[in-house]
Amino acid sequence: MEYLKAFIVGGIICVFGQILMDRTKLMPGRITVLFVVIGTLLTGFGLYQPIVNFGGAGATVPISGFGYALGKGVMKEVTKEGFVGIFTGGLKATAGGVTAAILFGFLSALLFSPKAKE
Amino acid sequence: MEKIQDKKQQYQQRVEEISPKVNLLASSAKAFFVGGLICTFGQIITNVIKNMGYSSDEAAMITSITLVFIGALLTGVDIYDNIGKYAGAGSLIPITGFANSIVSSAMEFKKEGYIFGLGAKIFTIAGPVLVYGLLASMVVGLYHYLIY
Repeated sequence: MEYLKAFIVGGIICVFGQILMDRTKLMPGRITVLFVVIGTLLTGFGLYQPIVNFGGAGATVPISGFGYALGKGVMKEVTKEGFVGIFTGGLKATAGGVTAAILFGFLSALLFSPKAKE
Repeated sequence: MEKIQDKKQQYQQRVEEISPKVNLLASSAKAFFVGGLICTFGQIITNVIKNMGYSSDEAAMITSITLVFIGALLTGVDIYDNIGKYAGAGSLIPITGFANSIVSSAMEFKKEGYIFGLGAKIFTIAGPVLVYGLLASMVVGLYHYLIY
């Protein structure tokens, strides 16, 4: 059941992205940024947490889930540390993901070269 | 001046005529299926890690790291872009697609050197994501600070 929920929620979030891709002239990179920002703001207004509670990885694996981590982290840190948390919460919560992305991105780009396109 | 406007309009019309028409229903079904599968795979990883005694937040973080690794590897061996041709947003929106965009541009510009090529272009997509993501998180933080 948990897997079915993840499949459906993750699928629906991707369909939103597909509609943007097909019906607007937005480049993929802009859609990615848009999803992160929307995920962060929805989390701030308490609207993304219910989606995560229901869909699990279906809501955290899409890139909007990165926004969820940013938003949740900053709120947690503000509650704990006060004003300074506004500056530290977002990066603290996502440090692992960002560092991993840089490490694996670096290694992969180092080891492989782009294939010639026909 | 008017002639140029005319030409521009003609050009626009021509572009729309010859652009391939997308079938939104078909591409959405593919995006749903592939995106759903990647998320289900993420749920499996999350459950395995939770069973090892990690909290939900830690499990979600380790899942992201694992998926970023897989996405980066599949991009390097030229498999992920082929999935992307079929799946569209189904492979762009999951975090594996984020890894894909990081590796693609870093790999592409490696020939311009390791510092200003690979090192700079690794942030072509990751940079905007961090800039606007962090700014949004500050908005949320400020809101949370003022309200609670």
